Amino acid sequence: MNKLNNTSNPDTEKTRGNSFSRWTLILLPLVLLGLLIVIILFFGPGQGLRTNFPPVEDLVIQRIELHREDFAQNTSREMILHVLNNGPSKTTISQVMVDEAYWPFTITPKQSLGHLERARIHMLYPWVEGEAHEITLITSTGATFSKGVDVAVSSPTPSWSYLGIFSLLGVYVGIIPVFLGLLWFPALRNIRTRTMHILLSFTVGLLAFLALDAIAEGLEIALRLPESLEGIAVLVAGFAGSFLFLSAVSRRTRERAETEQEEFADKVRQANTGPQVIIAYTIALGIGLHNLGEGLAIGSAYALGNIALGSMLVIGFALHNTTEGLAIISPVARKQVRVTHLIWMGLLAGVPTILGAWIGGFTYSAFWAVLFLSIGAGAIVQVVHTIFTQMTVDTDRLLTVRNTFGLGAGFAVMYLTGLLVAV
Amino acid sequence: MIPLNKFMPTKTTSGRHSRRNFLLAGMFSVLGALWVGLQKLFGRNQAMQYGPDSLSATAGGSADAFPHSPHVFGTVGDIHTDDFDPTDFLSAWNFNDLPPEERSDYYQETSRADGSTLREYTFIAVDKEIEIAPGVYFPAWTYNGQVPGPTIRATEGDHLRIRFLNQGSHPHTIHFHGWHHPAVDGAFPDQFVHPGEEFVYEFDAEPTGVHLYHCHSTPLKRHIHKGLYGAYIVDPVEPRSEARELVMVMNGFDTNFDADNEVYAVNTVAFHYMNHPIRVRTGKPVRIYVINVTEFDPINSLHIHAVFFDVYRTGTRTTSHEYTDTVMMCQAERAIIECTFRYPGRYMFHAHQSEFAELGWMGVIEATDAPV
Repeated sequence: MNKLNNTSNPDTEKTRGNSFSRWTLILLPLVLLGLLIVIILFFGPGQGLRTNFPPVEDLVIQRIELHREDFAQNTSREMILHVLNNGPSKTTISQVMVDEAYWPFTITPKQSLGHLERARIHMLYPWVEGEAHEITLITSTGATFSKGVDVAVSSPTPSWSYLGIFSLLGVYVGIIPVFLGLLWFPALRNIRTRTMHILLSFTVGLLAFLALDAIAEGLEIALRLPESLEGIAVLVAGFAGSFLFLSAVSRRTRERAETEQEEFADKVRQANTGPQVIIAYTIALGIGLHNLGEGLAIGSAYALGNIALGSMLVIGFALHNTTEGLAIISPVARKQVRVTHLIWMGLLAGVPTILGAWIGGFTYSAFWAVLFLSIGAGAIVQVVHTIFTQMTVDTDRLLTVRNTFGLGAGFAVMYLTGLLVAV
Repeated sequence: MIPLNKFMPTKTTSGRHSRRNFLLAGMFSVLGALWVGLQKLFGRNQAMQYGPDSLSATAGGSADAFPHSPHVFGTVGDIHTDDFDPTDFLSAWNFNDLPPEERSDYYQETSRADGSTLREYTFIAVDKEIEIAPGVYFPAWTYNGQVPGPTIRATEGDHLRIRFLNQGSHPHTIHFHGWHHPAVDGAFPDQFVHPGEEFVYEFDAEPTGVHLYHCHSTPLKRHIHKGLYGAYIVDPVEPRSEARELVMVMNGFDTNFDADNEVYAVNTVAFHYMNHPIRVRTGKPVRIYVINVTEFDPINSLHIHAVFFDVYRTGTRTTSHEYTDTVMMCQAERAIIECTFRYPGRYMFHAHQSEFAELGWMGVIEATDAPV
């Protein structure tokens, strides 16, 4: 910028002249593109491109809410459908069928939906608890779009009691197990490098499982998303974004710490945040995002009536997630870490479960589920990378028999505890 | 040349969407979702919205009474009856629903020496989008722009001459159920009337009864379920007793072409006679000409509540086959039903296949003491 302002320099003068023509060259294609758009819009792409075929319609019923209200005399039962126009053309929802019967409805904000516009359909329908229903929308052209309710149960509505249930769920599944895992911290003091590496490999095994789990789950949901929302692209973007962002941040922090800048080094010392502590935080963050996805899954499964929250499930999650606490502390096992740090890490890893359960329970959105899961997976993979890098600082023998065994054991523990919690 | 504007298919254009709209819509839906989320989180009760663009229930109840109103069924809204009114169709035959000057374009009758009548019809096949439920349009193939096609009614022994012009996009025919020479059967490929061509079907009206006509081009299923059928009534020389006469064609529409009907009805429009009851007079005989042309389902049926009726199958004999309140028919089976409504009030009638009933084949006959 300084250069440009300095007009006395003949060299710059020349650059300016060049930059003017360069700007013209940069802008020219854009101007022509604009012109092309104007021509297409106003003069049409020619008769050859036009067709008289009926427009391709694609409506998606994204969510079905079921509600019941009891009065002294009767019970009012409602169905609320959330509809998205996933197709390219304007589509009009003309009638609604439930279980092959036309049924009156009201629709807001409007009947005719443009590309990616949404509508909410409200119906008084006597749905039957525990049984299946199928809802079909019929458009003005007669095209039909259906979605089923496998097991009809009342959808949770935001209320203190449901907020309480989901919070408790989050505490059981997320916070308590993670903190239980953190309690291993004192026991891991003063262990030998070799043992330390087995432990870190074990952690990598745990994390690898979590990353795979998150990617698989994210992929499954991404494939169910309406095509126009590009589920796979969201998944890749979330994964790559979090991986690259965390890599950049940790590199920058490490470099600053390594260059021994007085002030920063002091700050790091004061805050007790060595590179390992940062890794631990990153692990906590990655696990937190993974648990957010887990919370989403549990909350929505509960809301959709897909799981009965038996004690077995809670025990399963507790076992599963206790190992997550272990994963957080292993990089800092031999360091001095303030208790407050451990608490923050535990919260960072555990609290998102509650958030996820809330979101999943009340307004489940497959889109956000994919994004959170992919961000979590990216963070975890970045952590795995960091742990390996860290291990190579101590030794060049990474994949020893012991380490491989530790890695496999970590994966196996996750797999086995995961068997208990198939949502 | 016959004016055809009446039968021309309505043009539809799809809306244009711009990238800006797309971005705005995306932005607003995100903001909207956030706002709804916030409202939900803070437990604000959302009142039901009834915006200017929103629909309200009309069939059998009102959604305004929410949440205390009973659970009602049926479609929402009403159809446009400018082109085709199912209520008029009930008692329209030989184009008697058209003003005289227009009627003569399609129907002419000439007395013959033997006392019978020469009846000349003009039938035109056209492709047309028809409204089969409020807001639901079906790309039909029609006779004269309507489904069912115009009802033909003659007396036994009359001579019928039907000039058929095919202005549709596929080969069509008119195949009559009734006595005729096989050369005018309209069933074999060499009898197909190709687009732009015409053909004259000529035969004597017999036997007495309620019959039907339909297209017999191939593929047969499609040519029938797309709408090419209608009623053909042959009255006995000795006229039937005085009665309020109604024509009911039981049909169905496969709107998404999955070989299964999305809409069932009598006379095409789902639930039309629920919203517009058929008015009859108490104590006076009612005669219904019922014809089943429903495609894809093996049978259809008619049940009238709170009465019993006489069934004259195919209407060819003067003795009642059955005294019942439910009659079952396969495709192309038909019957004359005669009954009298004793009490004033609303009598429901529908297919006694509950599925068909709830998909539109249900109506109301309203009997009153006053003349109708």
